[in-house]
Amino acid sequence: MSDAWLAALLFFALSVFVGASMVFISWVLRVKARENPPTRTLTYECGETPVGNAWVRFHPRYYLVALVFVVFDVEVAFLFPWAVDVAGAGLAGIAQVFVFVGILLLGWVYALKKGALRWQ
Amino acid sequence: MSELMLNPWIRALFWGLVMITGVMTVTAWSTWFERKFAGRMQSRMGPTLVGPLGLLQPIADACKLLQKEDLVPDSADRALFNLAPVLTVGFAMGVAAVVPFTPTMLAADLDVGVLWLLALSGLMVFPTWMGSWASNNKYSLIAAMRAVAQGISYEVPMVLAIMVPVIMTGTLSLSDMVADQQKNGWLIYRLPLTGLIAFVIFFLASLAEANRIPFDIPEAESELVAGPTTEYTGMKFGLFYMAEYIHTLLSSAICAAVFFGGWDGPIAPGLHWMLLKSVILFVFLTWVRWSFLRLRSDQLMNLCWKYAVPATLALIPVTAFYTVYAAGKGGV
Repeated sequence: MSDAWLAALLFFALSVFVGASMVFISWVLRVKARENPPTRTLTYECGETPVGNAWVRFHPRYYLVALVFVVFDVEVAFLFPWAVDVAGAGLAGIAQVFVFVGILLLGWVYALKKGALRWQ
Repeated sequence: MSELMLNPWIRALFWGLVMITGVMTVTAWSTWFERKFAGRMQSRMGPTLVGPLGLLQPIADACKLLQKEDLVPDSADRALFNLAPVLTVGFAMGVAAVVPFTPTMLAADLDVGVLWLLALSGLMVFPTWMGSWASNNKYSLIAAMRAVAQGISYEVPMVLAIMVPVIMTGTLSLSDMVADQQKNGWLIYRLPLTGLIAFVIFFLASLAEANRIPFDIPEAESELVAGPTTEYTGMKFGLFYMAEYIHTLLSSAICAAVFFGGWDGPIAPGLHWMLLKSVILFVFLTWVRWSFLRLRSDQLMNLCWKYAVPATLALIPVTAFYTVYAAGKGGV
């Protein structure tokens, strides 16, 4: 592992540590109520007693967005190696990328026509 | 001192601590700045009571948040509920590892710095989702759904937009990118001018990722109470709030480095230029925040999938053709 990766991972560990230490300090310094009526730890629902659970089924439009996202994100992961050396890959490289992105664009047009991206 | 710095562990620890302390300090006072700025824009004074010009307000806020009672809803998933705020700050702050302030003043000179920052800002949706789902609150759940949909949607134009600078400079390392701009001109005005459009899209996408107005649909306080943080109290809420500011500040710093030549500038030392550019972009972000109204969910999605994504997809071949053409001429 190179020094840069060591530094980056250490930095990330430090960042998480900062968050954790702040939660810990607030846990040490916090006040506690003398009385604890059961309604205090209910979830907030405009002051009413919450109805049922919040872990429910949800509208599928969000999942469609996630599906389209996966397609594009994978595409991008394949594009980066080319993007670093475009001049080296030359016109042939651009042509290949065109074919690759073109196929994905067909998928995008299909999703658009099918209404997957329409927010119903 | 210099011998100590040769040890990679000590060097990494030193720069890590310097960066994190710096970012935390700036974050604290950026909240003061934002409130003052918002106050002035609305013909108010903003904070005035704590210290001169209200300058000690962030410290007072931190003290208040630290001693608040820590409430966790009975029906919440305790472990995830407590983990989410820690991770959100971790991910937001982790981006700072690769932001180059000067050639030497950066925590980790990763040769895939762009991927590191994209990966970490992509991960930002996880703690939001984790915390909101774990709160077992319906407002949080709706907010989380919106936040995730928005976060991952805008990830696509963001990644595609930053590919334009990658093509133009031929590197994934942020410090090499700045070095290239020092030599060949800033990307914001370098031919074929795709950098300018890429910057606008990248800037919009990072606004959307940080859930800032005009893209603050997940937090929409008029409809969703406080969005993902509805059930959070005290410092855990504070951490989410901090993460948003860290994210915004670092986005401005990244834009400054990638598109505006980073530390490149005449007379003054590089660090001054880098900080000046970042601050100008941050002021611009704040200005946008207090000037615009919130978009609707469907408008947001349309803007992303029907305009920003095709636009960035068109930018990439233009840039690529120009790069090949310029290389053929022996120039760039």
